[in-house]
Amino acid sequence: MSSTTTDTMGQYWELEPHHHPEGASTSLGFWVYLMSDCLMFAVLFAVFGVLGTSFAAGPGPKDLFDLELVAVNTAMLLLSSITFGFAMLAMAKGDKGGTLRWLAVTLFFGLCFLGIELYEFAHLLHEGAGPQRSGFLSAFFTLVGTHGLHVTFGSIWLITLMVQIMQKGLIPANQRRMACLSMFWHFLDVIWIGVFTFVYLLGMI
Amino acid sequence: MSAHSHHDHDHHGDSHDHGSFGSYMKGFVLSVILTAIPFAIVMSGGFESRGLTALVIIAFAVVQILVHMVYFLHMTGSQEEGWTLMSTIFTIVIVVILLAGSIWVMYHMNTNMMPQMDHEAMQGFGS
Repeated sequence: MSSTTTDTMGQYWELEPHHHPEGASTSLGFWVYLMSDCLMFAVLFAVFGVLGTSFAAGPGPKDLFDLELVAVNTAMLLLSSITFGFAMLAMAKGDKGGTLRWLAVTLFFGLCFLGIELYEFAHLLHEGAGPQRSGFLSAFFTLVGTHGLHVTFGSIWLITLMVQIMQKGLIPANQRRMACLSMFWHFLDVIWIGVFTFVYLLGMI
Repeated sequence: MSAHSHHDHDHHGDSHDHGSFGSYMKGFVLSVILTAIPFAIVMSGGFESRGLTALVIIAFAVVQILVHMVYFLHMTGSQEEGWTLMSTIFTIVIVVILLAGSIWVMYHMNTNMMPQMDHEAMQGFGS
């Protein structure tokens, strides 16, 4: 309509705001969210660092943890990370069936991780080492439980995304969602490195 | 216009770094090694000095986190014009201050506590 005015004025300065294609800033925005999540985990790690030796005459890490179980758990999460990577590679090739298959494998490993963690929690509760037992156990359940909740919601997101890909295919919006979930999933693996190092391994020395 | 922006987006998607099979496998193998060694150290009883064991394990964790960042999260300095890296560095600085600060302050609070404020005395107060 007023293109003449815009054109003459546009010679001197830019009137239009920068036009970005849809979703161009999604990955950075999601990364900033992950960084804020990282700060939350840092607080929980700090709490564990402060309360980690307050056993209140109760059981300590050496009485409770089974490192072999933790090693299996770590393997599950690591395997799910690499299979998610394969799903991303299949998506980059435009292979819808392959993407869905690798996502299903990732979901399987994620659920294995959750199953083992729930088994561990149930075992601890059964032994009377619940979160109310000592400061150490409160911090332990909060930190590890928050990570487990993240994996749970990641799995729900994974299932949702599989349904979306089944229905709509590998459209740009779904590719963007895959990229975000990929970041989320690998980020949880990074947090788990901190958990098995600071909670389990350092506790068992 | 909408066709143009669509094309732009597709192009953006293509240029985005998804990594390759080789880089994912490299990251995976490195992660397995960097996980297996600290587990083996602790399971076999660790070194004679507990402090040394702890330091070695933490060093392995730091290296593994970097491996994940590079091979799985595809962190590079040029991603999003460097803003991804900037936000990450900012977060790391805050995390270090938060962790080191909390543990340092609370450790000194614990060691400088008055002796009669220990656990048994607290229970005595309660009853």
